[in-house]
Amino acid sequence: MKTNVIIRRILVALILFCSLPTLAQAELISGKSFGGEDNEIVVNFAQAVDRAVVANPDNYIVYEEPDPDIRLSLQQIVVSEDGRSATLVFSEALNTTQTHVVSIKNITPSVLESFKVSKSYLGYLLSILIGAMLINNFVFTKYLGLCVFFGTSKRKDTAKGMGIVFTLVIVVSAIMSWFFYQFFLKPFDLNFLQIVVFIGLVSLTVQAVDTVLRKVNPILFNAFGVYLVLVIANCIIIAVPLILADNEYNFYESFMLSLGAGSGFLLALYLMSSVRERLELANIPPTYKGIPIAFVVAGQFALAFLGFSGLSLF
Amino acid sequence: MATDKSNFQLVVNGILNENPIFRLVLSMCPAVGISTTVMNGFLLGIAVLFVQVFSSVTIAIFKDVIHPRIRIPTYTLTIATWVTIIDMVLAAYMPEAYARMGIFVKLIVAFAIITMRLEMFACKESVTASFWDGIGMGLGFMAGMMALGFVRELLGLGTVLGYDVLGFKPLLFFVLPFAGFFCVGMMMAFFNYIEIVYKRAKATQG
Repeated sequence: MKTNVIIRRILVALILFCSLPTLAQAELISGKSFGGEDNEIVVNFAQAVDRAVVANPDNYIVYEEPDPDIRLSLQQIVVSEDGRSATLVFSEALNTTQTHVVSIKNITPSVLESFKVSKSYLGYLLSILIGAMLINNFVFTKYLGLCVFFGTSKRKDTAKGMGIVFTLVIVVSAIMSWFFYQFFLKPFDLNFLQIVVFIGLVSLTVQAVDTVLRKVNPILFNAFGVYLVLVIANCIIIAVPLILADNEYNFYESFMLSLGAGSGFLLALYLMSSVRERLELANIPPTYKGIPIAFVVAGQFALAFLGFSGLSLF
Repeated sequence: MATDKSNFQLVVNGILNENPIFRLVLSMCPAVGISTTVMNGFLLGIAVLFVQVFSSVTIAIFKDVIHPRIRIPTYTLTIATWVTIIDMVLAAYMPEAYARMGIFVKLIVAFAIITMRLEMFACKESVTASFWDGIGMGLGFMAGMMALGFVRELLGLGTVLGYDVLGFKPLLFFVLPFAGFFCVGMMMAFFNYIEIVYKRAKATQG
């Protein structure tokens, strides 16, 4: 009983202590984030501010943290009705992966209000993963890997096996491709060898997985071995390293993109195989039996996946 | 084990009986992705024809010195070399068309049709036969792509090769990217229908 009271008092004291700083010094800028459009930054103020000062683009200095010399040009500033939030509209799209530093002059006497705007890096990585899996699903919105997709989506078991093997191989080979691109092809200016090197690495990975799996786990090999050959005939496996090289992704981003591409393929295969198992029982016109109806169903999936476009979680 | 078909039969076989897109159902990615116009189909068809013919000939020449255990990686690297060449040629001489086809030229390297023809045909047959088989497969791919492009361009934009034919746009739906799936499915069903009718006619005759 007594200890209970003491604990409660300590807790109350702690909460008060923690909330003290926020009560004592009310910050002028209460919130800041990138806006809905890719050329906007939204700033919230704790109290109403002078409209004339806030709406004047000359009072702002905005730059990306690594290059303080390159000032970003503001197009206009939209101040909300109550004067407590301002939307900075830039003339060009912002690179939201970088931390931006925003400084406002004259808003408080003789003090330069300065703050940083950035996205959380983990959120950014997750958005790459979700993007590759759903929004830009390689099968339904980029139309890649279709041969293998239609070949292995007849049964759920095959679909799962193919999807898992594919995800494994693509993650390993994409990371190896990233390594080769960053440390060999780029420094020695051998970019024209991209295709040869990337497909060679894929062959190598497939051969290595084949050999290792055969020795280490023969049961697993019997179940999944047949899909290994098919992996190499899948466009996605060569498209991902090319995309990584084009976008100059770093290690974590490469990992996330390849994982997203692999799991997106697995998802597409699983969805498709569930439908095709049912289609076998359905009464379909003889001209549409087999592959043609599968294409029509895939078209409907592609339509459904259009609904993911514009989805942004982070 | 030489093939008993003449060169002409090999070419026709590639275009009709074993059409890569509609009969073998291989290399579907470009058939769905960029078959929006006849011109796209034609250009990618040329690229595939080039890669298919030269890889087939290369493998047919060197088939005796390739160890069977490393044949798949050898095929892949051969194709990759020829794809790199056509990729650089297109980028240098046709930058606009290259930009429109995007990543698909580089992806020829992973097209199942080319590897499959090397595995099934070029590694067993003579150089001449492989050459004509490559021509047939390349032309078959080109014909399939152009047929798809024709249907989608005509129905979607009312044009053929950029010239206005109909004067109006019947179904804009067909130029949207995902309509590739519907279009391929419907054309396959159409060819199946022709085949069924043809067989029935033959059965009643005979």
